[in-house]
Amino acid sequence: MKILTEHINVPGIETIDVFRKHGGYSAVEKALKKMTPDEVTEEVKKSGLRGRGGAGFPVGMKWSFLAKPEGVPRYLVCNADESEPGTFKDHYLMWKSPHTLIEGMIVSSYALGANTSYIYVRGELMYVVNILEKAIQECYDKGLLGKNILGSGYDLDLFVQPGGGAYICGEETALLESLEGKRGNPRNKPPFPAVKGLWQSPTVVNNVESIAATSWIVNNGGEEYAKIGIGRSTGTKLISASGHLRKPGVYEIPLGITVEDFIYADEWCGGIREGHKLKAVVAGGSSVPILPAELILKTANGENRLMTYESLSDGGFATGTMLGSGGFVVMDETTCIVHNTLTFGQFYHHESCGQCSPCREGTGWMDKVLHRIEHGKGREEDIDLLVDVAKKIEGNTICPLGDAAAWPVAAAIRHFRDEFEWHIRHPEKATQKGAVFMREGASWTK
Amino acid sequence: MVNTQTIQFPADTLELVHKIIKRYPEGKQKSALLPILHLAQAEWRWCSPEVMDYVAGLLNIKPVEVYEVATFYTMFHLEPVGEHVIEYCRTGPCCLMGGVDVYDHLKKKLGIETGETTPDGKFTVKEVECLAACGWGPVFQIREKYYMNLTNEKVDEIIEELSK
Repeated sequence: MKILTEHINVPGIETIDVFRKHGGYSAVEKALKKMTPDEVTEEVKKSGLRGRGGAGFPVGMKWSFLAKPEGVPRYLVCNADESEPGTFKDHYLMWKSPHTLIEGMIVSSYALGANTSYIYVRGELMYVVNILEKAIQECYDKGLLGKNILGSGYDLDLFVQPGGGAYICGEETALLESLEGKRGNPRNKPPFPAVKGLWQSPTVVNNVESIAATSWIVNNGGEEYAKIGIGRSTGTKLISASGHLRKPGVYEIPLGITVEDFIYADEWCGGIREGHKLKAVVAGGSSVPILPAELILKTANGENRLMTYESLSDGGFATGTMLGSGGFVVMDETTCIVHNTLTFGQFYHHESCGQCSPCREGTGWMDKVLHRIEHGKGREEDIDLLVDVAKKIEGNTICPLGDAAAWPVAAAIRHFRDEFEWHIRHPEKATQKGAVFMREGASWTK
Repeated sequence: MVNTQTIQFPADTLELVHKIIKRYPEGKQKSALLPILHLAQAEWRWCSPEVMDYVAGLLNIKPVEVYEVATFYTMFHLEPVGEHVIEYCRTGPCCLMGGVDVYDHLKKKLGIETGETTPDGKFTVKEVECLAACGWGPVFQIREKYYMNLTNEKVDEIIEELSK
């Protein structure tokens, strides 16, 4: 079942003519000519679609919070600032099929009553900005954007905004600050963007994949969408698969397949690279807890782990993780968990905006301590120091970057404490090139 | 006094600048700052104080409003750089795919460390965080172009091609 990527490999799908030949912009026709904005919102609510950027908040509910005072403009801003390590699905979708996003932008803007919308793309993806701008121009030329779209009386202008290289701008209020031409410092909430967002006007910020899915929902109905998936994990999800896989890449899966199938089935990643064994997975982007092989394939209760929001988080942080952004990073037995955790630690240290002391100082401390453990200068008490610093960041910052920085460190120690101890106790071995600790009796140890 | 007279976008870029400013409501022209800084960097390779002052003038905002933004976002070069700036991803997933060795090879080939420019001014190497191309790692970017699934051999080819 493919909703977003069915035609992604059709030659020329990036052009409006080919896109329309494959059913493109039928959702715009239907929504603008046959539905009221509230009816569109109602279908999105029925679909159970959850925010695909990482938080998983129901999209329809988020839309229903939008304040609609008379005479005040409202905005839809697409969050295409994809920067969570392990995540590259939005990049792929916009690069291959820009009209899939633009169609969703028109439908969603109509539902929200926005007459000007923006797609905020991370600045590194300037080539994607160019692809989108070209596709947007095609829409203006064909009357799908601009004044009186398809004779419906609805007006919409759509612009692409490049960022400047800052992970924090994926946080919606930092993104809005950035779109206003400022530093990307997250705002204190409340007020939420739905009340005071871009230029203090009511604003909805949604991820690329969420917005793109609304076209299919308009065409087929929310109930049909909700039939895909399991329970509260409805629809399909783009998974960015990277690391030691036979076939890394972006896959659109129906939510609810097993993790084991996703990793090993030929339809998906095709297994671990030749001659190697699964050691660990970061299932939802670098922020979510890493899990060792046995806990990613089965829950602590021995049930098959599924690719759903609920199943991946089963067991809480003690034995579970999160679906997050769907950034699925797979590691085989050659992976040093300490080194991998250090790269994530460096990332969050570099990307902290510096506004809140626990995050600014804490990410620096974690980076520093991880660095000395990795380089053979660790002390026995460093492991508990890392846990302590992580705890002190968690929940004590304006935005979730603090939590995002704390969780991967805490989880790596929770599940791979022996690797950290080995680094500290055997620095001469641990600092050798390619050296990896092999846990006795582990499924990945040969 | 800094002489900013020589800093001026060519006419077509200036036209684009005015078009970009119109994307935002009246009085919200500051929103054009990031797009225009990108244009400025494409024009002058780096964001010198003079360039930033010029951008401030174009947008009718204070120079400090440009400085604080240019220093926050990692894409803007605040010091002179070479003709080709190679920005390689050092984050976890690229490292899993052998990124460290490939980047070491790159630096060795160019004879420079991260943050340095070759003596002929041809190449600058910079370390950046995740470029959202993890499944195609290791990855680096030169201006708008992504170079993916890098190996030592591919790095050699790319450098040789750009050295011509």
